[in-house]
Amino acid sequence: MNMLRLSWANLRADRLSTVLSIMLLAIGVGMVSFVMVAGAQMLDRFNRDIRGIDMVVGAKGSPLQLILSAVYQMDSPTGNIPLSEAQKLQKHPLVKYSIPLAYGDSYQGYRIVGSEVRYLEHYGAQFAAGEGWTDDFEAVLGSVVAENLGLRLGDHFHGSHGLVDDMQVHEEAAYHVVGILNPTGTVLDRLILTNIGSVWHIHGEHADAAEEAQAEHGHADEEHAHQAAEDDREITALLVKFKSPMGMMQLPRHINANTSMQAALPAIEINRLYELLGVGFTTLQIIGMLIMAIAAISVFISLLNSLKDRKYELALMRSLGASPAKLFGMVIMESLLLCAIGYAAGIALGRAALLLMSYLSEQQMQFQLSGGWFSAEELCLLPITLLIGLFAALIPAFQAYRTDISEILRNE
Amino acid sequence: MLQTSSLHYSYPQGPSFAFPDLHVGLQEVLLVLGRSGSGKTTLLHLLAGLMSPVGGSVTVNGTVLSTLSGSGMDAFRGQHIGLVFQQPLFIRSVNVMENLQLARTLAGLPADAHRANQLLSELGLDEKATQMPQSLSIGERQRVSIARALMTSPGLLLADEPTSALDDANCLRVAHLLQEAASRHGAALVIVTHDRRLKDRFTNAVEL
Repeated sequence: MNMLRLSWANLRADRLSTVLSIMLLAIGVGMVSFVMVAGAQMLDRFNRDIRGIDMVVGAKGSPLQLILSAVYQMDSPTGNIPLSEAQKLQKHPLVKYSIPLAYGDSYQGYRIVGSEVRYLEHYGAQFAAGEGWTDDFEAVLGSVVAENLGLRLGDHFHGSHGLVDDMQVHEEAAYHVVGILNPTGTVLDRLILTNIGSVWHIHGEHADAAEEAQAEHGHADEEHAHQAAEDDREITALLVKFKSPMGMMQLPRHINANTSMQAALPAIEINRLYELLGVGFTTLQIIGMLIMAIAAISVFISLLNSLKDRKYELALMRSLGASPAKLFGMVIMESLLLCAIGYAAGIALGRAALLLMSYLSEQQMQFQLSGGWFSAEELCLLPITLLIGLFAALIPAFQAYRTDISEILRNE
Repeated sequence: MLQTSSLHYSYPQGPSFAFPDLHVGLQEVLLVLGRSGSGKTTLLHLLAGLMSPVGGSVTVNGTVLSTLSGSGMDAFRGQHIGLVFQQPLFIRSVNVMENLQLARTLAGLPADAHRANQLLSELGLDEKATQMPQSLSIGERQRVSIARALMTSPGLLLADEPTSALDDANCLRVAHLLQEAASRHGAALVIVTHDRRLKDRFTNAVEL
């Protein structure tokens, strides 16, 4: 019967207040750890996708929306921009390279993005199987897409219009899986990639079909229609890497002032987003800490109450040979044990919240958080929680230390 | 085993007591009789080292209690003095066996399940080892507290009003158990009580 087991037995005997204290501790620790881990992962994820992209050009609208849709594939596009204008920009001397993106379709909730092979190279993607596209309607799958949809090389699927599932399906053309990427930890993992021509084809054919139905033109006219489409073809956004910081100074202003397009700088927009999220995160963190403070008070009160009930037990223990320091240690041990359990439950709770949020955000924002992380900050929470337990127990422990056995036994 | 000389105690704003010198040898039994207010409990607490006398000395097993430091006194009491209280006190969160083992671990001795089982068996409590102390009857509790007092093989067993809460039959029974247990385990026994029913039971008695 060592002191640890005795402390544990005492906690179990006082079940209600023990459970209350643990619950409060767990909710406090859980909230703080959730904010820490979710914040760190979002930061990490945001920074990884943004790397190497100096500017995003797209249709006019909210710059944040443009960044979210073009870089992170999380929001709806702001609209389309004419290919001809984009091409002019691509040849600009201050542009090191640029990546055109055409998107707007999806398959089973995963976005189909038309781009160039350079897009894959930009994120350092490697093929797990197969190879890049060489023709229209050849698709390369991100690792998460391939795994979650169970698609393999050679499989066929039909994209549907829009970014939400169960919208109008493009029955005409089927994509053909030619490559599957290794996990990159970037936005690519959750995308279906193909060439821009495929996206144009699907949407162009729509227009063609409509025209044909109206005018019942012959083959020659169809050729003509294609030619016309060539001129007003559109892309959704252009990711730009500058040659020098000069580009940063000149190009965005030029584009915003003189073209129908909008230029947004990811670094600036993401900072704004952090500030917005930061307020929410800070609020959650403060609430979490408040709850931890309340937990400390709860531990303090339940120890005081429990010791009041156990006054005779303390005197008995002294009469059996326990020194005052031993009683002091027992009370501290009970509190630390309580806080250690609260910490463990809190981390578990934080993880559960993270998984839930990951599940929800995966469906809505193509954003996945992992529950596997155990961050240094979370480890720091353990000594902090134990310190709370130590402080909450000091006064009760000192009371136990000062137990006057003779006085208590006389009044029994 | 126990010897006192010119022991006296006075409360800061209360009565003063001077106690007769006591001498209890190995395996002897001493009954200390006194009415309420006669300083019985004070004497018992002085003998157990729960408080220090104003004057005089208590010697247990050759050690003068006043020479021991605070935690030294606690450890000495744990190992050499067994206490039986009027109201049997227990750690309520653990079972009978664990309560017995605590008497040893708190005194700094290794746990001894064999001794615990032996004592429980001697006191007719074989079936009670895994029960919680609250579930026992008053008489059973008193017997468990006797077993606990003997867990550390103390040289001196001090009993404070062990029988006053019991009816006649149980009173004699507990007195008998105390004496039997103390002598079987080689402990001197001092019973401090106002219970005059015990007067005929024990020959060696002192009145306060």
